[in-house]
Order: sequence, then structure tokens, then C-alpha cells
Amino acid sequence: MAQAVHRSHPTPAVYWAIALFLAVVTAIEVAVPYFSVLDPVRVPLLIVLAIVKFGTVVAYFMHLRYDKKLYRTLFLFGVIGVIPLFVVVLATMHAF
Amino acid sequence: MVLDTGNGLATTAPKGIWSWITTVDHKRIGIMYGVTALVAFFIAGLEALLIRLQLSTANGTVLSADAYNQLFTMHGLTMLLVVVMPVGAAFMNYFIPIHIGARDVAFPRANAFSYWLFLFSTIMLLSSFLLGGAPDGGWFGYAPLSTQLEEFVRMDFYAIGAQLLGIASIMASANFIATVFTMRAPGMSLMRVPVFTWMAVVVSFLLIFSLPIFGVGLFQMFFDRNFGTQFFSGGGDPLLWQHLFWLFGHPEVYVLILPAMGIVSEVFPTFSRKPLFGYPFVVFSGIAIGFMGFGVWAHHMYTAGLGPVAEAGFGIATMMIAVPTGVKIFNWIGTMWGGKVRFELPMMFAIGFVSLFVIGGLSGVLHSVVPSDYQQHDSYFVVAHFHYVLFGGGVFGYVSGAYYWYPKWTGRKLDEKLGRSHFWLMLLGFNLTFAPMHILGLNGMPRRTYRYDEGLGWEFWNQVATVGSFLIGISFLFFAWNLIKSRKHGQIAGSDPWDGRTLEWSIPSPPPVHNFDEIPVIEHVDDFWHRKYATDEEGRSVRMPDVPGGTVSAEPTAGGEGEPGSGEHAEDMHMPSPSYYPIVASFGVIVTGYGLVYVPGGWVAVGVGLLITLWGFFGWSLEPVTRDKHHD
Amino acid sequence: MTSQAAPVETYDPHDVRPIRKAAMWVFLGSEAMFFGSMIATFLLYRNTTGDGPGSEIFSIPFTSASSFVLLMSSLTMVLAHHAFENRDARGTRIWLAATALLGITFLAGQIFEFTEFAHEGLALSTSSFSGAFYMLTGFHGAHVALGVLMLLAMFFLSLDGRLYEKRGLNVELVGLYWHFVDIVWIVIFTVVYLLQV
Repeated sequence: MAQAVHRSHPTPAVYWAIALFLAVVTAIEVAVPYFSVLDPVRVPLLIVLAIVKFGTVVAYFMHLRYDKKLYRTLFLFGVIGVIPLFVVVLATMHAF
Repeated sequence: MVLDTGNGLATTAPKGIWSWITTVDHKRIGIMYGVTALVAFFIAGLEALLIRLQLSTANGTVLSADAYNQLFTMHGLTMLLVVVMPVGAAFMNYFIPIHIGARDVAFPRANAFSYWLFLFSTIMLLSSFLLGGAPDGGWFGYAPLSTQLEEFVRMDFYAIGAQLLGIASIMASANFIATVFTMRAPGMSLMRVPVFTWMAVVVSFLLIFSLPIFGVGLFQMFFDRNFGTQFFSGGGDPLLWQHLFWLFGHPEVYVLILPAMGIVSEVFPTFSRKPLFGYPFVVFSGIAIGFMGFGVWAHHMYTAGLGPVAEAGFGIATMMIAVPTGVKIFNWIGTMWGGKVRFELPMMFAIGFVSLFVIGGLSGVLHSVVPSDYQQHDSYFVVAHFHYVLFGGGVFGYVSGAYYWYPKWTGRKLDEKLGRSHFWLMLLGFNLTFAPMHILGLNGMPRRTYRYDEGLGWEFWNQVATVGSFLIGISFLFFAWNLIKSRKHGQIAGSDPWDGRTLEWSIPSPPPVHNFDEIPVIEHVDDFWHRKYATDEEGRSVRMPDVPGGTVSAEPTAGGEGEPGSGEHAEDMHMPSPSYYPIVASFGVIVTGYGLVYVPGGWVAVGVGLLITLWGFFGWSLEPVTRDKHHD
Repeated sequence: MTSQAAPVETYDPHDVRPIRKAAMWVFLGSEAMFFGSMIATFLLYRNTTGDGPGSEIFSIPFTSASSFVLLMSSLTMVLAHHAFENRDARGTRIWLAATALLGITFLAGQIFEFTEFAHEGLALSTSSFSGAFYMLTGFHGAHVALGVLMLLAMFFLSLDGRLYEKRGLNVELVGLYWHFVDIVWIVIFTVVYLLQV
């Protein structure tokens, strides 16, 4: 495909920087449950942090940001689709 | 210029059993799926006839309760997972590559693997009859019934068998999606792909996203049965199983019907001599059905105590899904309207499809109304509904496809007289069998029970239904005989016996291994039709003289000397080589499967099976797709 | 016949990478459904502990360490892919081996953790909570193990120079699979260990 010509590749330095970023976010995540002052926002905060890590790995390590839109669509169908389905399931089973 | 008879560049298909065992040719794989599905259809049909015999009288004594439970479970499982889905797979395998102008699917060996895994899983499932009894918890396997009775392994055959069938389907779906999205011929944009192949894409998406959910449920059932876990029993909730099952089970019904809808979307234009009315609408409504199909699953659970909010939500969603379906119906009717309709056999079955499917859809709409469904749930009204859509719809549609495409597979048409007998007998038998079930259901007859008492007023319609079911059986004997007889004695069809519109009619019947001598460059929807016909000033179709109904590559050859043009030559074409690794790997999976059914004694078999599977997969990965010609 | 303006999207039958990547991404989409269902099951049963232990049995420090290990294996994986793309055979081998090693370390951690839990009274059949926990983390571990197998296979193939681009097992595809296994763990770590609801 002609599209392949423009795929930019991060350098190893960028990859190391991203890994450092991920490590820092993980450290923050691990710390959050220990601070009871954060209890009211613990759940949304942790979810957001997890999404940030998830998205970073997918976009950069898995290169999805730079690849064909087709791949993004195929993958996101599954990832995003599963959420509303199981929110409904869990709601009908009074899991919340 | 390529000749109809398949001379010139056409490579001849290899002969002999080993060539079928190692084939990676999508056409052969399609044929194998079709033949297997047809045999299974007769098995499941026999199961149905036994059920009908038991139910034709009050307090019937033909079958014990235990036998009945096994038979109705297997009838459902077989028909859905071993007949209708594989029939769809047969058509999809054969025609997806040809419709998009490709030589094969994206992963030919994976394609073969999917077939062998399907065949072995089917054998495994059926073997349960001889190994202590077949699954008997219904095809829907509700917990906690399905997680009890650990002393029988019957529902373990279900848990593992359905799991393995699912894996075969997931792989095939990934294969088809990759094929259609990356291997289309030049100029074949997505909105020029035939509707049948579009529906195949939607089906593949449905499967690839719904089967994993079912897979999780099946694993959980297996663990509850064998390792003492509490997913659906003990501290667990049986409702979880229902959700997991129907999250798959509902998209599954669209998987069953969409390929048939795709088929009739090809048949109607061909036999009305008109393009499909509203092609984009037919495509988008198929996509909409796919999406919405994921949002209605709990309409199978209205009586499970979900609460009014959930029930209302699913009720509304279910009503809405009738809309895209209705769009398709109107488009098919619109295709016939003002066209020159020929009532050939494929068209008769297609019209049968539409009429009967609409009836089934109407009872479906009645089910969507929640309070109404409280009465209908678990009654024969439901049985009537789904047989009208699945048989009246699905089977009629697939049979239409068989009459339509048999000439392409074999080079001969199916016999007219036998075909008409089949049609009328099937139409009569089908309606006699299932129409009365609407009445029986509304009169309170419950489903899934092996006998009913006297004095409830159900005997008469049950007898009618039983008579009808045997008529269906006889009609299919006509069909089977026709399929066999016409191979040698059928009227010779050329490459284009119906004056068709899509690419498969531009290549010989049967097609050469490599499908196209030259990959076509596409400029229209129904591109082949536009190469055959131009329109004059009054908008009438005028047959182009220089295309004798045979070939797509009408361009003057650049190579000259009778060579087929500037495209690839036979020597340059790298068709994938045959391989025995797919059958080896799938055999390993089945050994693993049997081992799991008989766990804990079966762990040895699990180990052995996994090793065989690994050997198969590694061999497959390391072997080149196309072996160097020198080494053959 | 003149050709009208058609989007002539040709595919090169000799370049199978787009085809394989499309298949891998759709497979990963289906795996998202698979793990999503198991995560939902866990969420359903997170407090259904019966007579057995619940989430108090978890050791956040220990699991944080193994999460970190897996996260770093994604780094080594992408470095292996980068080396491979740049025809750096030695670099490819080193980073592939590093990734496999980190994966094995993670698995060892999981096995240790599970045996500890078993001793403390959390077995597969103890409760709905335990079953859901072990199923989710167990299937994840099985996926990691399969990934390690593929990494080792590629490592050994690279030793005699047989790791070239058109192979079925190629670095990029295995990389995608490996990263996916990592991001599933990101979700599991948060939902199972950290959320504590």
C-alpha cells in the first residue's frame, strides 16, 4: 500500500521516554489506594490512569496512531463495544 | 481470451482423497463445508421427525423423557451450529474471493484448518450419542441444570464441542475480514462489492465479537462442572449464564440469516433483469442489523426478572431492529417491480424466502412487546416464530443459492422437474408443520417438554404438524437426489447460464484453481453486467457483441499469440500449495477436546493433543505458503 | 474500453504485511471481548467471597512489581521490533531474549502469588470471587505463556538467520500480541487489585 511510505517510526530514545512515563503513572496508580484522602475520587482517577496507560501502549508501542485507520476500527470495535454490553449486564444483576 | 471450457491457462484441479485432505483451495473447502452441512441436515432432520412422532399424540410413548431431551437439544445444536452456519460458510468460502476478484482468501491454510476443526468437532458432538448420551440441556444450556449431573459427561460434550466450533468460526471470520478489506481487485471499492459478500463481512464481524463472550460462558460452565467453581451455582448467579449465552445467541441468529439475505439480494436482480433496488440501502441496513443485533439480547430474557427498565429498553430496541429488515424487504420487492421476472427455481425459492420470512418477522414483532411475550415465552408460538425465520427464511434462501450456483460449481443445472417438486412439497410441508404451532402456542402448549396430556385440545394440530414434517423430509429426498443425479445428467451450463451480473459468471464453470486468468479491473457495481451490456439512448440494454458471455478480460491482448493478456501468466501465479498441517493441527485440537470432556482421566489426552496441535502450528508457520516448484 | 476514474487500489500479492496486520488487529478486537467478559464476571463477583478470603489477600507491592516487569517487557518488545526493522540482527536477538525473560519473570511471579493464595485458603472452588479471579488471571497467564513460546521460537529462528519478514511468525505481529497481553494486564491490575470497591 502506498500509505506505508509515510509511517513515522519513533526512535529508541522516544520508546525509553514513553516507558519512563508509563512507570511513573504506574507508581502514581499504586500510591492512590494508600491515600484515604483520595477515596472519593479513587475509582474514576484509577480508571483514567489505566486508560492513559492503555492508550499510550496502543498508540505508540503498537503503532496504531500511525497505522491504517482500518486497524484502529477493527480493534476499537471490540474494546469499546464490550463496555456498554457489560455495563448493562452488571446493572441488571445489581452489581453496582 | 479465455474459453468457457476452462482450457488455455486453466490449471486442472488435482484428484484423489489426499488432494482433498491437503487442499487449501477456497472452492474445495466451500464444497466440503456444504456437503458436511447437508449430511448434518439429514441427521438433524431425522431428530426432528422423531420429535414430531413423539408429539403427534397426547402422552406419546415413542421417546422417553431422557431421549427426548437429547434429541431436541441436538436438533437445535446441529441445525444452528452444524448445518446453517456451515452452509453459510460454504457459500462464503466459495464466493467471497471470486466476488472481489481475488484468487483465494487471505489465509488459505487457516481456512482449511477451520473446516477440519469444524468437521472433527461435529463428529465429536455426534459421537456423544454413543458415549453415554448426547447433550440434553437444550442448545441454550441454561444453568444450573447444565452445571449439574456431573456423573454424565453429556453437557461437557456441549461445553467443549461448542467451544471448538466457535474457534473454527472465529478463525474463518478473521480470515474473511482480512480478505475483503485488503485483497479486493483494482477498482473494487467497498461500495462495488456484491451484497452477498457485504453480508459475509457483517456476519464475520458479528461472529468475531460475539463468540468470545459465549466462549467465556462455556469455559465457566466447564469449570463449574469439572473443577467445582461457582460461576453459576453455589454463590454464583445463573442469570450470568443467560446474559453470556444470549450476548452471543442473539447476534448468532443474524449470522444465520444474513448470508441468506445476501444470496437473495443476488438472485432477485438476476431474475428480474434489473439492478438491485437501492444497493447502498441494502448494504447499510445489513450493517445496521449487525450493530443493532448486539443491543437486543435480553429480549430472550424478559421473564428472567430483569426489571421494567431493562425490559422496556430491550423491547424498544427489538422493535427498532425491524426497521432495517423492512428496508431490505422493500428493496427486494422494488427490484422485482417493473422488471422482467423469470420464475426459475432460484427465484421461486427466493420469493418463498421473502414471504415466509415476513411472516416470521411479524411473530417476532409480537414477541418484542414485553407483556405479550410474558405469555408467549417458552410456548410453541416461539417455536413457530423462529422456524419461520430460520427455515422459511434461512433454509429457503440457502436452497435458492444452491439452485442458483450449482451450475457454477459443477457446470450443469439442477433438474427442473425434481426442483419444482422439491419446491412445492417443501413449501406445503413447511407451512403444514409450523403454521399450526402459532395456534398451539397461543393455546398454551409449552416447548421443550416431551409429552402433553389428553384433553388440552392440542392433538389435532400436532398431528398436522407431524404430517407436514414428513413432507419436508420427502421434499429433501428429491433435493438430494437432484444434487446427485444432475452432476452427470444435468443440462450443461456454460459460465453464465442465468445471464448474471457478478464476477463469478465471468469465469468458467467450474472455475479453474486460480479463479481468474487475469485479475479484472472494476469500474462499476455489477461490473460483469456492464461489460456485457451497454445502454442505448433510450436507456435499454444492448448486448455487447464482442463478449460471448464468457470472459471479463475483453481487452485486446498485449502479449498477442493467444496469450491471455498483460496480466500474470500461469507460471508467475503463486497459488498457495497444499498442506497437511491444518488437518494435523485440528486433529490435535480434537484430541485435546476429548481429553477435556473426560477430565480428570483425560489430562493425558489433553497433553498429547496439545503437543500434536503445537507440532501442527509450528510446522504450518515454518512452511512457506507456496512451495518452490523445483522441490515438488 | 476506457477506464473511468476508479480508485485503483491495488494490493501487492507479494506483500502480506497489511493482510496479516489486519487479521491480527481483528483478532485482538475479539480478544478484548474475551477478556472483557471475564473482567465483567470478576466485577460481578468481587465481593462474593463466601467463607473464603477476599481482596485483603492481595499484596499490592508484590503485584506492582510484577506489573512493572510486564510493562517493561513492552519496552523491550518494541526495541526488538525496531532493531529488526533496521536489520540489526544482534539487537533483535538481545531484545527478544530480554522480552522473553521478563515474561518468564512475570509468570514466575504469578505462580508464586497463586501458591501463596492457595495456602492462605483461596482455591479455585472456594467462592465465586476466587473462581472469577483465577479464571481471569489464569487465562491471562496462559496468554503470556503462549507469547513467551512465540518469542523463544523467534529467538531460536534468528540464531540461524531464518527470521526474515515474510515468515508467519514475524516480530511485528508477535509484538502486537505481546503488547496486547500487557494492556490487558494494565486493566486487570487496576480493576482487580487497585480499585478496591
